[in-house]
Amino acid sequence: MTGSFRTASGGTRIDRSRTLTFTFDGTTYTAHPGDTLASALLAHGVRVVAQGPYTGRPRGVYSTGAEEPNAFVQVESGPGEPMVRATRLEVHDGLRASSLSGRGRLVDAPDTGRYDKVYAHCDVLVIGAGTAGRAAALAAVAAGARVIVADDRPGIGIEASGELTVLPRTTVTGHYDHGYFVAVERRTDHLGDAAPARTARRRLWHVRARRVVLATGALERPVLFPDNDRPGIMLAGAAAAYVRRYGVLPGRRAVVFGAHDGALQAALDLLDAGVEIACVTDVRASTGPLGDRLRERGVTVLEGRAVTGTESGPDGILTDARIGGDIVPCDLLAVSGGWNPDLHLFTQAGGRTRWSAEHAAFIPGAPPRVPIDVVGSARGIPGEAAEHLPEGADGLVFVDLHRDATLAGVRDALQAGMTSNEHVKRYTTIGTGADQGRTSGVPASGALARLLGRAPGEIGTTTQRPPVEPIPFAVLAGRDRGDLLAPARRTPMHGWHEEHGALFEDVGEWKRPRYYPRPGESMDDAVLRECRTARARVAALDASTLGKIDVQGPDAAAFLDRIYTGRISTLAPGRCRYGVMCGTDGMIFDDGVAARLAPGRFHLTTTSGNAARVLDWLEEWLQTEWPELRVRCTSVTDQWAVVALAGPRSRDVLTALAPGLDVAAFPFMATREAEVAGLPARVFRISYSGELAYEINVPSWHGLALWEAVMAAGEPHGIAPYGTETMHVLRAEKGYIVAGQDTDGTVTPHDAGLGWAVKAAGGWVGHRSLHRPDTARADRKRLVGLRPRDPAVVLAEGAQLVAEPPPAEITHPVPMLGHVTSSYRGTVGSFALALLKGGDEREGETLYAVDSGRADAVTVTSPVHYDREGARRDGDG
Amino acid sequence: MLLIPCPWCGDRDEVEFHYGGQAHVAYPSDPDALDDAAWADYVFMRDNPKGWFRERWTHTAGCRRWFNVVRHTVTYEIAGSYRPGDVPPKVAS
Amino acid sequence: MTAMAEGSAPRSAVAHLAPDLPDRPGGAVRLREVAFPAQVELRLDDEDATAFGPRAGQFLCCGMPAPGHAAGAGDPYVLWLGPGWYLAVDRPGSAYGLLAGLRDALGADCGGMCGSAVDVSAARTVLELSGPSARAVLAHGCLLDLHPRTFGPGRCAQTVLAQAQVVLHQTGAADYRLLVRTSYADHLVRWLLDAMTEYV
Repeated sequence: MTGSFRTASGGTRIDRSRTLTFTFDGTTYTAHPGDTLASALLAHGVRVVAQGPYTGRPRGVYSTGAEEPNAFVQVESGPGEPMVRATRLEVHDGLRASSLSGRGRLVDAPDTGRYDKVYAHCDVLVIGAGTAGRAAALAAVAAGARVIVADDRPGIGIEASGELTVLPRTTVTGHYDHGYFVAVERRTDHLGDAAPARTARRRLWHVRARRVVLATGALERPVLFPDNDRPGIMLAGAAAAYVRRYGVLPGRRAVVFGAHDGALQAALDLLDAGVEIACVTDVRASTGPLGDRLRERGVTVLEGRAVTGTESGPDGILTDARIGGDIVPCDLLAVSGGWNPDLHLFTQAGGRTRWSAEHAAFIPGAPPRVPIDVVGSARGIPGEAAEHLPEGADGLVFVDLHRDATLAGVRDALQAGMTSNEHVKRYTTIGTGADQGRTSGVPASGALARLLGRAPGEIGTTTQRPPVEPIPFAVLAGRDRGDLLAPARRTPMHGWHEEHGALFEDVGEWKRPRYYPRPGESMDDAVLRECRTARARVAALDASTLGKIDVQGPDAAAFLDRIYTGRISTLAPGRCRYGVMCGTDGMIFDDGVAARLAPGRFHLTTTSGNAARVLDWLEEWLQTEWPELRVRCTSVTDQWAVVALAGPRSRDVLTALAPGLDVAAFPFMATREAEVAGLPARVFRISYSGELAYEINVPSWHGLALWEAVMAAGEPHGIAPYGTETMHVLRAEKGYIVAGQDTDGTVTPHDAGLGWAVKAAGGWVGHRSLHRPDTARADRKRLVGLRPRDPAVVLAEGAQLVAEPPPAEITHPVPMLGHVTSSYRGTVGSFALALLKGGDEREGETLYAVDSGRADAVTVTSPVHYDREGARRDGDG
Repeated sequence: MLLIPCPWCGDRDEVEFHYGGQAHVAYPSDPDALDDAAWADYVFMRDNPKGWFRERWTHTAGCRRWFNVVRHTVTYEIAGSYRPGDVPPKVAS
Repeated sequence: MTAMAEGSAPRSAVAHLAPDLPDRPGGAVRLREVAFPAQVELRLDDEDATAFGPRAGQFLCCGMPAPGHAAGAGDPYVLWLGPGWYLAVDRPGSAYGLLAGLRDALGADCGGMCGSAVDVSAARTVLELSGPSARAVLAHGCLLDLHPRTFGPGRCAQTVLAQAQVVLHQTGAADYRLLVRTSYADHLVRWLLDAMTEYV
């Protein structure tokens, strides 16, 4: 098949004054602006554009739009893209594409294109800008509404203005709850190399619409017959559209096969366009006035007869249609079985379709429970169509071309006992492809109905779910990638940490320095050095990430007594207390320090990653259970930058920085306001390391100044910055837990060795749970310490504890006694914390920590590995 | 994505809220007076109806207020929202 | 040692990004930081809001804002954050007076305060986004409908922008303030700069 199939004139969508060049499967072709890859290939007589994914049979262009089941191609030029419909791929200069067999290839190179998202709101979203959609949009605009019109075609015959937003090349892919829509706009693909670099290639629209107008039109469906997949076989309406829109003849000699008037009209259109009509055959007994018009123009019209097969040349391309015993030579077989309203977005939201004999289609039935109007041919195109199912014929009858699934497969599904179309869909894969079964769904339902002897309405259609077409991940990601993937919360000292070589770790959304390696140091080296500095001299930690909540009001103390396991109301102003928070189930979910600043005012600290959750928790109780309590909570996490100063020399450093502060009269678990480094500060004497320690709070904008002053003042004492890894080692050596690491929502304060922090009188929200039979069990897992027998081993966190080393061959379940929650190499050597059944009753026992196929012998110890007497708290004298 | 009517801020997208489960589960006035089963019922047991459900939400990213919503667990329709202590909107059962 | 840091100027959380901010007058979109404003969060108990709200408003010379609104044309101004929850903002350096005045208005002078007033000046920074494309830039991440029919000058809302919680305050036809927690400011500014790609 050679020579041009482009007509001498005509084509509403193309600009004949300009010529573009593109490449398909290595051959260069010409096209006009406005051409799709499909129309341009048809214009050059290129019939084979793909292969069936399983059969390998050659396939050609079948449709003009989103319903295309065959012509999926790989775009090789530009950023490249798999599985693009040739029927929607606009040709631009330099386009390179290649054929596929139902599966694309992911592009290896990173996609450096720009993708973005926009949130939009409107009174009316009109989907589809055909005649009905445009009319609905203009009427809504005239009524004063804010309107968005989206259509997946490049040209929409409607201009944006005032409150009318027009989105061409935009596919609405999903209809979600409460008028929420997602749409993909293709903004620069059609420009090729001329695309502006700063313009997002595609845009994901999130549209919230008060009302939606579905003007999505109707899609033609085929009639089934044997060997119905050869290149040259095409939907009849599409064949006519290629002539009208692109001035392209999809063939020179056509057989038109239909089951309704639409096929006859397409035959007339093709005839007008200069296509020779070899014959028209209609499965109906009568073709009515349209048939008469065709006969008047000399066309052979067969009634009550069907195409029963096709022939091809060695290249697989259509050469003849068989109609019973007749063999009719043709290079185009245009088929049409009726029109299906495109109701994906109607049913996605919960709308139901119903079979209408008057339309021979599933049309809108019970609407979804959202304001929705269906207009135009999406309501159904009136006109009866005959049902037709080839019986016992030779050759393959393809129901789903995209999936290479056949009528025989449907019969097999019935043989296997399936009668529901949903089951048949899953058994046969019909309708599960990237084309969402637009050309196969209704024929499959029809076939099923016929084979089961039921009405199509009883079978129904399968459930349609978003998205209506595949969306590249890059589009979904938009700009939320790389540095912008998620917020990185920075402390005021972040830049200093970077400049001083800190390696960071993520703690919640925060970036925290993990350790500060010096040249040549491994992580272990650096952490051990930082630990020793803190234990022997003084070290500083950026603790700005601690959650901080200001709680005040006349009932604040009473409120906190109900929230913390311990008693807060007896705290004197200026003093602090460690506090544990549990849920009503009695399980730890956070811990921190409560400081009483004034009789009716407290400053709470929370775990870094838990600040918002704790604030929500406080507000929940205040608002929903105890609105009578006069208490107000304010987040001050970002207000304060915090430097934690730990080590026996920390008092000397603080004295140098705050000459006005009487450090001698500053007891443990107390707080003072002071000028530190000339800055207004609040200092807490609390310790998370067991050493003499202070936490200095200043307004965040002074955080860097404070940090630099601390480092300078500490220099004579050998100060070093330390990171979260050292912080963990220091606290774990003291047996201090991290809520969320050493606890997991199943650990009570007693389990964690914090029974001392629970007031006997109760009165807090989860108190009653500590007296449930389960929480009172003797064999609960409780916090213990572990020492690996081999001091060179650092146990894996999460390692399971068992009583015996696991045998080489495991023949029966091995009872798990607990697991390692924290494990480090610290100043005391290798050690761990663990939750263990029986807890301290097992102290001295040897157990085995099993992880990834290795078992290490461990000795159970107290969780406190360092300074059990608490002598270091006040320094080294 | 749900559009949730905050009684104070108006309609906002679901991402601004946190879910709080079944509404009108009051904290017992005297937990120590409850037997284990009654306490466990309060802590662990919640209704899970197919149909209209009164549930709690908090406008975390907005006014931080807790409130109640009447939502249909099948269609996700929201019949309305109301402040703690207010009367829930009526829905057909 | 103390002398070294004394009088040290406060440092903004986005000082390192200052050279990147498009602040050309007449541009399609401008972004600048108004650092270090005095800020006090005010919480009033429901039953006392009627009595003490006007007193606080009187002190601030701008009245207390209605839900979803801001009060005050220049400094100070007050933003409604939630029922009984306000953020009063004033010139840099005025936090002490602002806090004291509001505490007085809330009745601290006569014993029991009816709510709380907390200095949060260093907790948030203020970004000003303005220009004909400002609304379009915001629409890349803001879920609120900022159309003049539903939002506009004098309106404010707490919401999420670029996964960060912000207070959004519209001050003019094409002028917005974004009050963002200092720890999120670096992320938000970088996100805004990137969102402006097509507009500057």
